[in-house]
Amino acid sequence: MIEPIFLAEAAINGIMLGGILALLALGLNLIFGVIDIVWIAYVDLVMVCMYVLYFVVQVYGWPFWLGALAAMAFGAALGVGVHLLIITPILGSAPVNQLLATGGLLFFLQSFATFLWTTDHKSVRLALPSWEIGGIFLPATRLIPFAISILALAGLYVFLTRTYVGTAIRAVSQDREAMALMGASPQRIYIVTSAVGGLMAGLAGALLLFQYSVHPFFGGQFGPLTFMICVLGGLGNMVGAFVASFVMSEIISIAGVVWSTEMGYVIAFVVFIVMIFARPGGILARRQ
Amino acid sequence: MSLLELRGVTAGYGQFTALWDVSLSVAAGEAVAVVGPNGAGKTTLLRVISGLIAPRAGGLAFDGAALGGKPAYEIVAHGVAHVPEGRRIFPVLTVSDNLKMGAYLPAARRRFAESLERVYALFPVLAERRAQRAGSLSGGEQQMLAIGRALMSRPKLILLDEPSMGLAPVMVLRVFDLIRRIREEGYTILVVEQNVRQVLKLVDRAYLLEVGRIKMEGRAAELGEQDFVRKAYVGL
Amino acid sequence: MTPGRALGLALAALLAAGPFLPLGGMKEYGLHVMVQIFIWSFIGGAWSLMGRFRLVSLGHGAFLGLGAYATTLLWNSWGLTPWLGGVLAVLLTAVVAVIVAYPCSRFQVVGHYFALVTLAVGEVVRLLIIAERNWTGGSLGVSLRPAGRDSLVAMQFADKRVFYYAAFVLWLLGLWVWARVDRSMARSAMEAIGEDETAAASVGIHITRFKIGITVLSASLTAVGGVAYAQYISYVNPDTLAGIGVSLRIVFAVVLGGMYSLLGATVGTALTIALGEYLRIVFGLRFIGMAETIYGLLLIVFIIFLPSGIYGSLRDLVQRLRSAPARAEA
Repeated sequence: MIEPIFLAEAAINGIMLGGILALLALGLNLIFGVIDIVWIAYVDLVMVCMYVLYFVVQVYGWPFWLGALAAMAFGAALGVGVHLLIITPILGSAPVNQLLATGGLLFFLQSFATFLWTTDHKSVRLALPSWEIGGIFLPATRLIPFAISILALAGLYVFLTRTYVGTAIRAVSQDREAMALMGASPQRIYIVTSAVGGLMAGLAGALLLFQYSVHPFFGGQFGPLTFMICVLGGLGNMVGAFVASFVMSEIISIAGVVWSTEMGYVIAFVVFIVMIFARPGGILARRQ
Repeated sequence: MSLLELRGVTAGYGQFTALWDVSLSVAAGEAVAVVGPNGAGKTTLLRVISGLIAPRAGGLAFDGAALGGKPAYEIVAHGVAHVPEGRRIFPVLTVSDNLKMGAYLPAARRRFAESLERVYALFPVLAERRAQRAGSLSGGEQQMLAIGRALMSRPKLILLDEPSMGLAPVMVLRVFDLIRRIREEGYTILVVEQNVRQVLKLVDRAYLLEVGRIKMEGRAAELGEQDFVRKAYVGL
Repeated sequence: MTPGRALGLALAALLAAGPFLPLGGMKEYGLHVMVQIFIWSFIGGAWSLMGRFRLVSLGHGAFLGLGAYATTLLWNSWGLTPWLGGVLAVLLTAVVAVIVAYPCSRFQVVGHYFALVTLAVGEVVRLLIIAERNWTGGSLGVSLRPAGRDSLVAMQFADKRVFYYAAFVLWLLGLWVWARVDRSMARSAMEAIGEDETAAASVGIHITRFKIGITVLSASLTAVGGVAYAQYISYVNPDTLAGIGVSLRIVFAVVLGGMYSLLGATVGTALTIALGEYLRIVFGLRFIGMAETIYGLLLIVFIIFLPSGIYGSLRDLVQRLRSAPARAEA
């Protein structure tokens, strides 16, 4: 039997992880909702941003926060680049081709990263404190990313509900043609969306580097999980993705302590498959 | 001089041609109807004008500018507002966000508060429901929202596609009444309708479109007198 | 005899005579590449059985891995002959396919959702293999226990020519199944499902049964491919035989070749394997990752510029060339 204190710690770790997962899932879901294409390589963009941060901090000696901003800017530029070079030509293609084009990007990014930086794991050492409350350890390397991800999600919410462009992004995901009739160029909305999605990838990368080391196949660790959270929450449904992030992170975290890390993921994926059959429209969808 | 001028417009989807050599004009301040049976190409005509589909041949001029083949989002900026078939409001956005999107153009954004006040005066029910999701409105209210959203862009010409479609009879009368009020405010209107009898009472002139071609044109009153129009469409 | 059929027979004869062609020192390597092409074409063909009916699976690695691992582990642990182990592995895969396909079809999980559900299934299998490392070898993989000598029972042979012919026959078998499915009554029915679910339902077709049937067939054949590959390479690894990477590679090859034609999967597979081998030889161990980088880049370029695959694009080109003079006359 596992001591309750470990389960409590796992539950808290799950919440911390959920914040970052939500950032990843909402970034991907935003792009999917607006452009109707799943970026299979989304978490591999995160991986590239992590390398950027690693290099500016470890090699060029930038302060971490400045490096994180640089990684976010880089992510935004990368997002726009991906949209213009890969997505724009295949907007009208069959869905399988769209999946494959971004899947090709996945191969490209993983192997190019291997070529440039080898498969060594690279990490940034951060001297951050850790607190102990009632036997539960709360390291700053988890608390800070969680707090920042929640702030960033609040910022995203404000952007999507309070600004013209943000509202237009939501409107396009509901009716692309009607939004063109309002005077919004679809391509411009797509570019803004891709930039925001890329920015979030950069931020998520920075937050992940607090706890994880980066290597070319980092995407494999979080990529499938991110897609599943999006589907579980309902593709394009931001609130659903937010809730699903915490459901999945709790499962992974608690099952990881009770059994093993892999089994945590296996159980999360099985829950995902079962949920899809029980609620095809996402966990928040009303049953018909 | 006419505000909108179509000369010999031919258009369609893929292999299919929906409009053949259509010429039509609308003068500033005028209300014009296009009537005809289902599948005559009425919706296609409006989609060509607002730029949702590009004409294959012919010219499209609006307010002195040649707009044929320009994308929809550019044509809106010239002052054409299209209230599409089926209303096409943004269902998950609130009523006020829908209206905000109507004023997406930079020029319209600057006059947002003033436009909003006018739309709410015209459609008080929208003011009451401003915080509600647009998808939760009734059919008639959604049609008002679609029209209100079009007005938010401060258009010179409003294109209305089947505004009475799918509405309860009592709502149909209300919508026509509202269109009359918009007309009285001085807007230029081009309306496509199945409900011929009602729409002919509302407009100055009308065109009869059949299988993609203009069959007849004239003053609304005169057209209503034509024997075969009465028999075929007005139902008298 | 039509010219097409004559060409096909000539090609088949050439392939059958392959091991006896004087290739000198290249012989072993040439045979190795050909075996890979046969097996992966067979697997690609199995994938396209589903893909052409818009059941885009990103989880065929799961079926491949189940086939390969079940057979290997049964042989290693209990010495069960791969002939019997293979049958059990395929049965197991078929059961998994039903478990996935039935609810998908029942609850109308289609499009992006279907792709992502199958992707999850692929990940589950990969992670289970890694998690059960005590008897699967985890992420390091596991080698087939050698039989010590050529053995039909163990399906192990030192001579590559045996595998060459076995893979060749397997490939022909795959083509035969593909053609049968293509010709059968199911074809029009399933294409109608691809076009319009309600229309197909109204003409009285049991969509659920067809979808499950085609998924089980596709998954079972993929498992057979997994068994064959494991026996040939005599080593199984979760990253090369399960998970997204291998699933994507299968789909790439098929889409590249064209999933609506008999030889599409073969053309695409031959091309991607040839490309991969070429890049591997060019770069060797000098620039680790460079070969894969170019591979990924070319795949993106292919998908953008040849959206209907090599076969489909050639067909479009021929059609355009044929209709161009006709239009000039008119």
